[in-house]
Parts: sequence; C-alpha cells; structure tokens
Amino acid sequence: MINAKRIAVGAALIFFALFPFAGATFYTELVTKVMILAIFAMSLDLLVGYTGLVSFGHAAYFGIGAYTLGLLAPKYEAASLWTTLPLAMIAAGLAALLVGLFVVRAKGIYFIMVTLAFAQMFYFVFHDTKFGRGSDGISLNFKPSAAIGGWVPLDFANVLHGYYFVLAAMVLVFLFLRILLRSTFGRALQGIRSNEHRMRSLGFPVYWYKVASFTLAGGLAGLAGYLATMQFGFVNPEILSWHQSGNVLLMLILGGLGSLYGGIVGAFVFVALQEIYSSLTSHWQLLLGSTIVLLVIFLPGGLASVGARFKSTLFGSATDE
Amino acid sequence: MNEPLLWTTGLSKRFGGLRAVNDVAIRLAQGQIHAVLGPNGAGKSTLINLLSGDMAATSGTVLYKACDITRASADRRARLGIGRSYQKTNIFPAFSAMENCRLAAQSRAPRILHWFSDALADAPTCAAAERALHDAGLADCGTQPASALSHGEQRQLEIAMVLATRPDVLLLDEPLAGMGAEEASRMVDLLRRLRDHHAILLVEHDMDAVFALADVITVMVNGQVLESGPPEQIRASTAVREAYLGSEVA
Repeated sequence: MINAKRIAVGAALIFFALFPFAGATFYTELVTKVMILAIFAMSLDLLVGYTGLVSFGHAAYFGIGAYTLGLLAPKYEAASLWTTLPLAMIAAGLAALLVGLFVVRAKGIYFIMVTLAFAQMFYFVFHDTKFGRGSDGISLNFKPSAAIGGWVPLDFANVLHGYYFVLAAMVLVFLFLRILLRSTFGRALQGIRSNEHRMRSLGFPVYWYKVASFTLAGGLAGLAGYLATMQFGFVNPEILSWHQSGNVLLMLILGGLGSLYGGIVGAFVFVALQEIYSSLTSHWQLLLGSTIVLLVIFLPGGLASVGARFKSTLFGSATDE
Repeated sequence: MNEPLLWTTGLSKRFGGLRAVNDVAIRLAQGQIHAVLGPNGAGKSTLINLLSGDMAATSGTVLYKACDITRASADRRARLGIGRSYQKTNIFPAFSAMENCRLAAQSRAPRILHWFSDALADAPTCAAAERALHDAGLADCGTQPASALSHGEQRQLEIAMVLATRPDVLLLDEPLAGMGAEEASRMVDLLRRLRDHHAILLVEHDMDAVFALADVITVMVNGQVLESGPPEQIRASTAVREAYLGSEVA
C-alpha cells in the first residue's frame, strides 16, 4: 500500500515537472496560482487540522507577506529574492506572533471571531492608509529576481521560473510540515488538538505551543503571499479580506483537514470548480456552495480520504496515513 | 514521619455559597499512601483539583518542596513533579496507547523548538513510556488505539500516562473504578511498589483496597476534614462510623 502511495506521489511530481511543456502559458500561470494557494492551505492546516485552532483570519498573514514585497520592491529595478522573501516571511510571522499572543487565549467560536477581527484590522490598515496605497494597492514595475554575482538564475518575469520556484516551495513546505509533525513539537500540537486539557495536566505549556504554531503558520502564509505578489505583479487589500480567509478554509474542508495532501488537493479542486462553474454561469458561487455542502455530507474526511476509504471498503481495514 | 513533599494550610474552595473544600490541611510524604475518604460531594475531587492546579484555591496555601505553588498553573505543577489521574478517563482516544504514554513522558522535557528531530527517535522518552505501559499492565496493548481498549484497560492507561511523566507526587482520583478484580489487584500491587519513591494521595471507594494500602487516612465530610490518622484509628472512630462508614467496617 505504501508503494501505491509512493507511485502516486512520484507520478504527481513528474506531472508537475512536465506540465509547463504540455499546455499554454495560461495553464502554467493557473497551476502556479493553485500551488501558491496550496502552500497557503497547508499553512492553515497546521493550525486547523493539527493544532485544533480554527482561524478565520489567516488571509491577514498571506496579505502581509504579499504587501512586504509590494512595499519593498524598488521602482526602477527588480527586487532581490534573497532579501525580500525572508523579510516577507519574518514580517508575516512577527504579525502572527503578536496577534497569537492575544488570540490563542480564546477558545472555540471566540477564537474564530477574534482571528477574524484582527484580520479585518489589517485589512483596513492596508485599505484606508497611505502606507498601503489604498484600495488600488501596489503594482510592481519589475518582478523580483535572484542574482548570484552577475548571474541571474531566477528571473520571475519568466513564467517558467515562477512556476518551478513555486513548485519547489510547495514541495519544501510539504516536507517541512511533514518533518515538523513527526517531531516532539508536532506531536504535542496534535495532542493539543485531541485533548488540550490533558496536555496541560501532563505538564505542557499549551499556550506557548499554540503561539508557536500560530507564528509558524503565519510565516508560511507570508511565503504564499509573497509568491502571489511575485506571480501577479500586484497586490491589493482584497487578498487580506475575510473572503480569502473563508476560501482557504473551504479548500481545506474540500481536501481534508489534518492531512497535508488535503491542502494541495483542496486548492486544486477549489480553483478547478471555480473555473468550471464560472464558465457555465454567472451564479457559479451557488454551484460551488452546493458542491461543498454535498462533499461535506458524503465525504466528511475530504477528498484526501478517498484513498483510505476505497482501501477500507476493498480490504475491510481502515488505515489512515 | 518523613518531611512532607506536598502540604496545604487552610485550603478552601468556594463555589458561590457552597464551601466545596473548607480549611483543609493535608500532608503528603514520600513513602506514604494517604487515602482520602468521604461520601459523594465531600470535596475529594475538588481537593485533588486544588492540588493539581486544575482549579484555583479561594484561600489557603499549597506548598511543594517548601515552595508556595498556590498560584502556579496546572502545567507548571505537572512539570515540577505533581502528576494526577482523572476519575473520568481523560486520554487521547485517537492515538495509540504507546503514543498516549510517549506524549506524557515527553512532557518532562517539552522542547518547544525541536522541530526537526523525529519524536520516536528520542530513546529515553520512548523507554519511559514503555516502562509505564508495562507497569500498568498494558505491555501488549501499545500499538492499539486508545479508543479500542476496554474500559478497564483505559483506566490502566490513565495510570500509565501519569507514571510516564515520572512524577514525585501522585494524585489518584478513583484509580480502581471500572477495573475488573484481576486488574484491580494488579493495580494495588503496583501502588504498593510505587509507595517507596512517591508521595501518593489516593481517593478511592474500594474499602478493601484503601485499608490494604493506606498509611494515613483522611475522612472528609462536607468539604471539611472530619478525622485524619492511621487506618486503625479511623476504623475505631465512632465519628467516622456515624458519618460515613456505617456498617461496612463494623
């Protein structure tokens, strides 16, 4: 069974590696966008699926990462990847740390509302101040690039460079989270999700674990946001809006919470449904909503659980992961 | 008597007008099993909650190794070496029995910034978890999900998790409740072995076990200590007999 999984992952990687040669630039850019959303969804999964913190304001950190590049990009030359990317992640992580110190004290529905409130605050900071350049946002005159001496191996004005860089980032984030979740830290997070009270009585400083998880998830969302600005060449306050926070939650629910593949699968299916439905009708959100309701009813584990379900009906044993 | 490890003075907890625990002084020393008896609602579980930090005391002090821990959080007390079990099974149902204990063992060294090392590669933690499973009689159940264990086995797991944290003080809230006769007698043997190196507070309704194990018995009624002393004294006390024991030990 493990082999079947490995083959599937290998096939998916080969598919991604060869994809740009198969289709038009439009599709390469679309898949790049989806992979950025997949990183965003995986970062939220660390909170929702593994720590049990349902954040409804995760777009804030995506937006802060995105705006960091927008604000740092020089007017007459390309921004350097080496400095702007780490700064975007640090800025988003720091914002998440500061917010996290407050919000992780709240539980359940209160946590959802407080994360939303902070996200709205960030939204209006960028929307209504000169600093964020208002509702028009910021356009990059030049997309960032990475130079080593005089050699420029990565120039994100080139669609292919962007595609492969985002693909690498998605794979690295996946591997990072996988290792993280097997570490003592990651296992403690999963313990908190399962039974927070007992974790506390066993001696875990649950508060700090939650703050660390919130910070990490924010930093990774910042990475996704940075990549989004890099890809689209502009950033506006809408990417911090609560719609964006809701969309990424829907991606996770579609793909399956608490499974890293879930974030990736969810992002793909979400964008695919969006594309298909919006080509059919202008009321596509109605169709998308009904699809999600049906999926939640008939496949509560999300699409990533299809394999395990199939296996258990075939072989009569429910084995996860 | 040894120096007490954990003791209280004037410990009280009020819920509105109800004095659930009222002016309780109790001393737990290493090498002693201190049983707390009393009818339902006497304040036994509240007392454990006050000692473990699950609840904050209204007044009075809790001292541990000569430090005032009255205001310390539950997780801090656990890290200092005060372990507790719950009357109502409180485990991680989706995790394996081994992972339940491994997490418990890990709590002594939380390592919040260890993000890259595989938790299962930490030999001392895993060994402590294995030992705790074995001591609690669950050596063969390690790989099973905790939710698949029988009720009695979950009670054993509850104890195994406390042991895995390697505490100095054990606060056990009805550890024998729900166990079969065989497991219960195994647990009594285990508690007897643990006595030498731990201070144990035992809340238990099984009178045979209490009188077989306890070095000191405190009887509580309506949140107050009615009488405290060695088992013979409690057995002979008319006040205790009237208030609680009734004809059971006549």
